[in-house]
Amino acid sequence: MADLAADQGELLKTSDGRPLKEALAQAQSKAKWRAFMLVLPLLSFILITFAWPIAQVLHQSVYNPRFSENMPQIGEWFRTHPNGTEPDEAAYTALVNDLVSAGAARTVAVAGERVNYEMPGTRSLFTKAGRDAKKLEPPFKDSLVALDKDWGSPELWGVMRRVSSAYTGDFYLAAIDLERDANGAIRQVPENERVYVNLFVRTFVLSAAITVICLIIGFPVAFLLSSLPMRYSSLLMIMVLLPFWTSLLVRTTAWMVLLQSQGVINSILVWTGIISDDQRLVMINNLMGSVIAMTHILLPFMILPLFSVMKPIPPSYVRAARSLGATSWTAFRRVYLPQTIPGIGAGGLLVFILSVGYYITPALVGGASGQLISNLIAFHVTKSNNWSLAAALATILLASILLLYWLYDKLVGIDKLKLG
Amino acid sequence: MALPIYASPLERVWHYTFRVICGLILLFLIAPILIVIPLSFNAEPYFTFTQKMLSFDPTGYSLRWYDLLLTHPNVPTNVPRDAAWWSIVWKDAAWVNAAKNSIIIGFFATITATFLGTLAALGLSRPEMPYRRAIMAILISPMIVPLIIITLGLFFFYSSIGINKWGVPYLGVILAHATLGIPFVIITVTATLSGFDHSLTRASASLGASPSTTFFKVIMPLILPGMISGALFAFVTSFDEVVVVLFVGANDEQTIPRQMWNGIREAISPAILSVATILVIFSVSLLATIELLRRRSERLRGISPS
Amino acid sequence: MKKLLVLSTALTAVSFAAQADVTVMSWGGAYTKSQVEAYHKPFTAATGINVISVDSDNPAPQVKTQVEAGNVSIDVADVEYADAIRLCDEGMLEPIGMDALPAGADGTPAADDFLPGAVTDCAVSTIVFSTVYGYDNTKFTGDKPTTMADFFDTTKFPGKRGMRKGAKANLEMALMADGVPAADVYAKLGTPEGVDEAFAKLDTIKKDVIWWEAGAQPPQLLADGEVAMTTAYNGRLFSAAVSEGKPFTTVWDGQVYEYDLFVIPKGAPNKDQALEFVKFATSTQALADQAKWISYGPARKSSGALVGMFNDGKTEMGPYMPTSAENLKNALASSYEFWVDHDGELNDRFNSWLAAN
Repeated sequence: MADLAADQGELLKTSDGRPLKEALAQAQSKAKWRAFMLVLPLLSFILITFAWPIAQVLHQSVYNPRFSENMPQIGEWFRTHPNGTEPDEAAYTALVNDLVSAGAARTVAVAGERVNYEMPGTRSLFTKAGRDAKKLEPPFKDSLVALDKDWGSPELWGVMRRVSSAYTGDFYLAAIDLERDANGAIRQVPENERVYVNLFVRTFVLSAAITVICLIIGFPVAFLLSSLPMRYSSLLMIMVLLPFWTSLLVRTTAWMVLLQSQGVINSILVWTGIISDDQRLVMINNLMGSVIAMTHILLPFMILPLFSVMKPIPPSYVRAARSLGATSWTAFRRVYLPQTIPGIGAGGLLVFILSVGYYITPALVGGASGQLISNLIAFHVTKSNNWSLAAALATILLASILLLYWLYDKLVGIDKLKLG
Repeated sequence: MALPIYASPLERVWHYTFRVICGLILLFLIAPILIVIPLSFNAEPYFTFTQKMLSFDPTGYSLRWYDLLLTHPNVPTNVPRDAAWWSIVWKDAAWVNAAKNSIIIGFFATITATFLGTLAALGLSRPEMPYRRAIMAILISPMIVPLIIITLGLFFFYSSIGINKWGVPYLGVILAHATLGIPFVIITVTATLSGFDHSLTRASASLGASPSTTFFKVIMPLILPGMISGALFAFVTSFDEVVVVLFVGANDEQTIPRQMWNGIREAISPAILSVATILVIFSVSLLATIELLRRRSERLRGISPS
Repeated sequence: MKKLLVLSTALTAVSFAAQADVTVMSWGGAYTKSQVEAYHKPFTAATGINVISVDSDNPAPQVKTQVEAGNVSIDVADVEYADAIRLCDEGMLEPIGMDALPAGADGTPAADDFLPGAVTDCAVSTIVFSTVYGYDNTKFTGDKPTTMADFFDTTKFPGKRGMRKGAKANLEMALMADGVPAADVYAKLGTPEGVDEAFAKLDTIKKDVIWWEAGAQPPQLLADGEVAMTTAYNGRLFSAAVSEGKPFTTVWDGQVYEYDLFVIPKGAPNKDQALEFVKFATSTQALADQAKWISYGPARKSSGALVGMFNDGKTEMGPYMPTSAENLKNALASSYEFWVDHDGELNDRFNSWLAAN
């Protein structure tokens, strides 16, 4: 190419004598740079207040220094002795030293808690030993085991070896109801302790159900709105947009008022004699409460994208199909419906993504059976203080959302997102 | 959608059934919001219509729950309502303080989101913008990622930098709310810019205007409706947000939604419904503003209302 | 832009309260109100230090979260006994100790004046409270529930039940309902079979239970007719029944009582004022005053003598106290030793039990 250009000799040049191609490229990169500079402040803002915190969640899900920081000597022993070494007197000495210093610093319970995640019931072993370790006499192996025979258990030593490293994937195992046995092999937790897989399944099934319900009841409304003349449709549109603009808590409260057993719906049913006073329906504090309230809250997110896709579809297509002999059902199914698929995809994904992450509404109206994965993440942050498990659950949830988001971007295009 | 004359009887029946179904769905959407309004005037502490309310007996209605908003928790009720009383209300009433906090947080979060968001939208809508789609996806993602995950991240992040010790009240919540509001600003402003006729800026430049003059005199008036509706979205997002406030807000940073959350979990007295009513009226006025802006924007850009 | 600046300064100006107030986190509702009346207001009057009251479902986990995150904003928290011990073990509390506390009004030294065990290294008891159950009189026209077993009997007494979302007190109640004598409950719960038995008993009513978290919820659930019976803190039922005239009856059979304590989180921003507050609030007079507002027994012997009427001037408090002889007939003292050790695992078990359908 270069040779060819040289052969031609005469290149197009700008007035100041530079080759046009070069000048153009320069101008373009300048324009590029200028456009990028406009975006840069926001991009850095988002990186700090959004991307970095999420990175911290990822980090927390594999990092838990509660044991390793407070029990350094035994950690050292584990590092110098390969897996399978029988704990010797040196190991017990290191352990007792750690227990004494952690006991004095009042951090032994923190270390014990980390072990307790893997092996329930061991927290008190540590707190007790933390109180009594300073009175122990060598040989420590015998005296510590005399304090509590559990200190000799190979399972405990196996767990301590694992938690002595601050980085671990164990919380991901816990987040999908798996654990390690004494030999480190992965197995399912006992049946009465399985929580998270069920909860993930419930969250996704519930979200799918809400998405389908929203589609079924949103489609006719979007269709009606798109086919009515402007002056009626904008009036009806208000009925869709007003809920959209109303506070989430107001809407949740409204449903509590409607659904509770002394609430509006039950009172009307009793008053009209459809049910008797002691047969009041239970519609709240259970799964049903979550489904009803979330469907109501998310319905506008289905109707609006459907509407924006249906609006530009010319009615003449269906008329043409009819005139060619199609029944109204065939015309709808073969001609109209396929054109609305982008709207169905956009609305469906949006509703699904939003409902998977719901927290407030299930917490208020869901009772025990209507709780979703977000509620459990919140529980582990504020109540059980198992932050790493909360982070692992959040990461799994995040990964599935990002997958859907990517899908949304591929199918719909994120820049096509419209509001109101 | 008038019924065509060739419609069969079955289609006629379906046509009207369809309208009834749609009517019921729209009722499902709107009724729960409207129902709280009359109930907030209930004279009794119940969540259902009393006999007196149904027979429109004036004694069945009262403003006691609105009054409670001014007096809860420690404002004296049995004193004359003079200026001194109002100043106590302003200082001590929990709901009034929550409203103040909500407005302060919403205000600063909106300013931040709108400023940064508009700037970025201007960049994003330039055809030369590199990696446009990827960057857009990142900037929109705060809207997609579940709040609880963002909150968890902010919880770790803010504790690691000790933001509460910086002595700037509300800072953590404001930054978080600005982040949540940004996608809305980006979306509305880029939507306004998508119909933007770039020959206008060239015309302005060729007439000798400097880039800043072009921005303030030509671009700004055209995208202003988009900016304002983006700002309103951002404000509403902040005004309605409770998860972040619950987890990272300081104890005295009670906002209206947080106060509602506490109230709902403890005792949903009709006082909650009177707050709800006020918020519904608030959203109606916001909705009206947005609609007016949209029409104005379309008129300015020469698009006939669709 | 200038207008904006003016507006923003104005907005910021209105929001700053004076600093160095004491922030007290407690359980909300009628209980916090009783503390405000008996502790906070007199404390502010005496010292000029403002008290900010913050509500919580249970302050202990929040103390832990804040201390671990290095982001403490609470000066004083009101926690249960087992949590006070655990937090103290974990080094998350400022030590207080008996020596810091004033003698009783009658001159008895603090060590003798407080009930046994009421003061620990890091915590000072204020009251004795109890988890009991109560029912709505109007729901049961014939037989009324009288025993713990009745609570678990949904055929004899149909209707929804309210219970606290957590293992503590529920497991004890389940065992007592199953016929385990109060004295043997903790020995039994210490064995895997005992835990299984308790959960099996809970299983029998699981589908009828609405779980509450905040102490103010159960009286509300009863009042709304969402449940026919619910476990609750005795003072909350008392407030609803006596001050609000609700038709609720408290059943004392199988009550589980324990201390409630004030603690100061490690790194509390106003530690000195917090200690002043704790000293003031656990003084003879303050504890006695609290009993005018809610039916919890004071943790000082010298206060017991001063307890009289409820603030309506006509209700004798004695019969409503968890510690009155009549109410102690079949009662269980909550064992902090047990819960300090088993809280984590039993709550894990409880949560998986709850999540499983």
